[in-house]
Amino acid sequence: MSDNHKVIGRSVPRIDGPEKVTGAAKYTGDLKFPNMLYGKILTSPHAHARIISIDTSEAEKLPGVKAVITHKDVPELKYGLSPARWDENIFCIDKVRFVGDKVAAVACVDEDTCYRAMKLIKVEYEELPAVLDFRHAMDEGQPLVHEEYERNINTEIHQEFGDVAKALAEAHHVRTDVFVGQRTYQAPIEPHSAISMWEGEKLTIYSSTQSPHYFQYYIAREFGMPMGDVRIIKPYLGGGFGGKLEPTGLEFAGAVLAKRTGRPVRTFYDRAEMFAHNRGRHAQYMEITTGVDKDGKILAAKANFIMDGGAYTSLGIASAYYAGALLPMTYEFDNYQFDMFRVYTNLPACGAQRGHGAPQPKYAFESHLDNVAADLGIDPMDIRIRNARRPDTVTPNDFRVNSCMMRECLEQVRQISDWDEKKKNLPHGRGIGVATGSFVTGAGYPIYRTDLPHAAAFIKVHEDGTAATLYTGSVDIGQGSDTILCQMAAEAMGYRYEQMKIVAADTEITPLDFGAYASRQTYMSGAAVKQAGEEVKKQLLDLASTMLSLPADDLECAEGVIFSKSREGKTLTFEEVARKHFVLKGPLLGRGAYTPPKLGGSFKGAAVGTSPAYSFGAQVGEVSIDEETGEITVVGIWDVHDCGKVINPRLLHGQVHGALYMGMGESVWEEVLFDDKGRIKNAELANYRLLTAVDMPPIQSEVVNSYEPTGPWGVKEVGEGATNPTLGMFSNAIFDAMGVRVNSLPLTYEKVWRALKEKREREETKAA
Amino acid sequence: MLQSITDKDGVKRYLITLKVNGDAKTVLVKGNAILTNVLRDHLDLTGTKKGCELGDCGSCTVLLDGKPVDSCLMLAVEADGREITTIEGVAANGALDAIQESMINHAAVQCGYCTPGMVLSAKALLTRNPHPTEPEVREAIAGNLCRCTGYVHIVEAVLAASQGRTAPAEH
Repeated sequence: MSDNHKVIGRSVPRIDGPEKVTGAAKYTGDLKFPNMLYGKILTSPHAHARIISIDTSEAEKLPGVKAVITHKDVPELKYGLSPARWDENIFCIDKVRFVGDKVAAVACVDEDTCYRAMKLIKVEYEELPAVLDFRHAMDEGQPLVHEEYERNINTEIHQEFGDVAKALAEAHHVRTDVFVGQRTYQAPIEPHSAISMWEGEKLTIYSSTQSPHYFQYYIAREFGMPMGDVRIIKPYLGGGFGGKLEPTGLEFAGAVLAKRTGRPVRTFYDRAEMFAHNRGRHAQYMEITTGVDKDGKILAAKANFIMDGGAYTSLGIASAYYAGALLPMTYEFDNYQFDMFRVYTNLPACGAQRGHGAPQPKYAFESHLDNVAADLGIDPMDIRIRNARRPDTVTPNDFRVNSCMMRECLEQVRQISDWDEKKKNLPHGRGIGVATGSFVTGAGYPIYRTDLPHAAAFIKVHEDGTAATLYTGSVDIGQGSDTILCQMAAEAMGYRYEQMKIVAADTEITPLDFGAYASRQTYMSGAAVKQAGEEVKKQLLDLASTMLSLPADDLECAEGVIFSKSREGKTLTFEEVARKHFVLKGPLLGRGAYTPPKLGGSFKGAAVGTSPAYSFGAQVGEVSIDEETGEITVVGIWDVHDCGKVINPRLLHGQVHGALYMGMGESVWEEVLFDDKGRIKNAELANYRLLTAVDMPPIQSEVVNSYEPTGPWGVKEVGEGATNPTLGMFSNAIFDAMGVRVNSLPLTYEKVWRALKEKREREETKAA
Repeated sequence: MLQSITDKDGVKRYLITLKVNGDAKTVLVKGNAILTNVLRDHLDLTGTKKGCELGDCGSCTVLLDGKPVDSCLMLAVEADGREITTIEGVAANGALDAIQESMINHAAVQCGYCTPGMVLSAKALLTRNPHPTEPEVREAIAGNLCRCTGYVHIVEAVLAASQGRTAPAEH
C-alpha cells in the first residue's frame, strides 16, 4: 500500500489544544444562561425500601425554591440504555433499589438553597432486606430487586460452539480456575452536568454526554416528543470512559424542572453522586476450564460467569455478552462454551467501562493460561505465540477477523521487553508477565434497533476557500477525535489540516453519529469523513479540469494545491478553485455516511461483539514485590499494538498510556467498596485510589505496521483495546514474582502479603 | 478587619478584594464561600475547574502568591488582598506560556479538564526550580489527577519546557 499521505500519519497538535491550555474551553458546568436556576436530585439513603409517602410541602415554601418534583410530575415510562430491559424510572415510584436511587428533584435560585430544600423533603420509607452479595443473589429466599425478575436474574446466556465435552475428554491436560473481578468506576475528572431549557415546545439540553444522538432519542421517547424538537449539544467533555453514555437522570429531571419554571436549569452531580450513579465495571465471578494438547495448543475452553449488575440493567446485557464474546478472540480454538448470569443487587447499576466487559474475563483467561503453561512447563510467551490468532480467520462464535498481527505483537513485545533474558535472570522478588487483548472497532449494531447509518459527516468549504468546516456528530471526549477527523477530512480533500475547523456533537447542526463508545469513531466516523472529503475533492477537480483544460483524472489535489499529474507547472490553488465553485455553482459541500455490513452468526446474542474489524495487542509488565509488606512496585510496562494505520501517532500513544493507567489502577488499587448497608465507603477520588504521576512506571508503547483492509486508510481501534491485556499482564507478573497466584482483583498489597504468608506456612508445614 | 453586611435573614457577607491575574476584584461573599466558586461564579473565571471539592483532584488549582493551592479547600475570605493567578492569567497578551505550548505539542492534553490545574502546578514548579528532574516533575504534579494521559506526555511536556524546547522529538 502506498504511504504518501500528507496529513494523516503525522502528530499534528490537537485542534482544541489552545482552548484547553488557556482555560477558554467551556465544559457544560461552565456555561451560564440569563435567569438560570440550579437543580439537584434527592436520592435514597436506603439500599432497598418501600416509599410510603413523599411530602414536599415544606420544601416548596422555602424562599428561592422554584419547583419541587417527584414521580407524580414526570412520565412513568421506563427507560434504560438497552431496549431489551428498560427498567429505570425518572424518579422511583414504589420503592428505592440502591443508596443513591432518584426520588425527587428541586430547582432553586442557587446551589445552597437546593441543599436546604432537599433537607425539607420528607420521604417516609419502609426498609426492606437488601441483596448486597451478587454471588448469592440467585439463592432461594433472597429478596427480589425487581419483582418481575425471578431469582434476581437480569439476563442469562448459554452458548456452545463446537463440541466442548468431547474436546475436553480428548485433551492431554484439563485445568479449571476461578477468579473474581472487582467493581470499578470510570472516574472521569469532569462530573456530570446538564443545562435544560425550552423555547416553546422545543427542548435544548447541553449535556456532558458521549452520545448526543442516543440522548436525543431517549429524551424524545421519554417525553413523547418528535426528535426534531429535542436538541442535544455536547460542549467540551472532561472524560467519559463509558460512564457518560447513558441517561443520568439529570437530563430528564432538568427538562421537567425547566418546563415547570420556564427558566434554564442546570442540574449536576457532585463527586459522591457520580460514584452512586456509577455504571462502571461489573464485579464478576469467573470460572474457566481449558483443555490443551501436550504442546499447550488450546483445544477447548469453557467460561462460567456471574456478574453483579446492581439495581438496573444499564448497558449490562451487552456487558454480559461481551464478557464471553471476546474471549476467543486472541487465540484460535474451535470448541467454546459460555454461560453467564447477570444478577440484580441493591447496589448502583454497572455498565460499560473502557474495554466493555472484556478486561476482567481477559484477566481470568490470561491468568489461567499462565497456570496451564506452568503445569506443562511451557514459557508463557511461547504458549501464546503457539495459539495466536492469524489474519483472515473466523472465531468459533462467528466473528470475522480480517487483519490480525497477534503473533507479531507478541514477538515484538518479547523483544522490546527483553523477555527471554529477564525470564531467566530476574532476581528473587522480581517477576515478568505477558497478556494479550483484542477489541471491537465499533459495534456492528447500534444500541437500539434501527437501519440508520452509524456515522455521517458534512464538509463545507468556506466561500473564499481559506477554511473548511467539518460537521460531525462524533464526540471528542478527550481521545482526540476532533483532531484526527480533521486530519482525515484534510487528507481526503487534499487540503491542509491547519485550515480545518470543526463543529461536532450538536444534534441540530451536525449529521447523525452514534458517538464515542465501542472504539468506533476513527473507523466509522472516519469512513464518513473520508467519503465527504472525497466528494469535495471530486467537485474541485471537475471544475479545475475546465479551468486548466485538462482531464479531471489527470489532476490531483494535495495540501491545498491542485496539480496535473502529467504536466509540471499546471497548478491551481484549492482556494481559487473553491471560490470559483462558489461563484458558479454555490456552496461547495461534501457528504458521507457509513453503515457496517451485516455481521455475525444467527444464534441468540450473535450481534454483540460483532465488528467490521478487531484490534490486537500484547503487553509485558515487570514488577518487584516486597515480601515483608506485599508492596508491588511496577518496574516497567511494554505494549505493542496492532491498530491498523495510525492517523496521529502522539495522540494514539497518549490513548495507550491512558489505557495502561486505567488498567494498572484496576489491577492493583481501584475498587468501589460498600458497607453492610449498601453505602459506598470510598466515594472520593483519594480513597478510590486513582494513581498519581508518582505511581506511574516507565511505559514503552509501540505499534506493528498494520493495515485493515475494510477501514478508511486501514485504521482500527486502540483506545479500549489497550486496557484489555493489562489486568492479566499484572496478574501474571505478580505470579511470576511470587510463585503463587492471587485469584481476585485488585491485586492489593494486602492480598499479595497474605498469599506469600500462606505460601511460607505451607512450605514450613511440608518441611516439618 | 473585613467589612461586612448582614441581611435581614441574618446572613453575613464580607467585602473582599482579590488581586486576580493582576486586576483588583472586589466581591461580596459569604463566610463559607470557597475560592473556587467565587472565581467561577462571581468573576466568571471558569478555567478553574471543579472535580471533587475535597482537594483530591487538583482541577481547581490556582496560584496564591505564586504557590499552587487547591482553591476548593480555601475560603474566599482567606484570599482577601492576596495575589491569585488563574489559568486565564498564564498566557500574556494572547501569547501562550512555554509550558502551554509544550503541553499542546506533546499531546499532553486529552479531555483537558485537569489541564488548567496541571499547567499552574507545572508553572509553579518551573518558577521555583527551572531545571527539575523527572521525579521532581512527577512530585510537583502528584496533586493533579489526570484520568486520560497516564501522565507520560505531561511529564515529557514539563521536562521539555524546562529545557527550553516546546516541540517533541517525534515518537
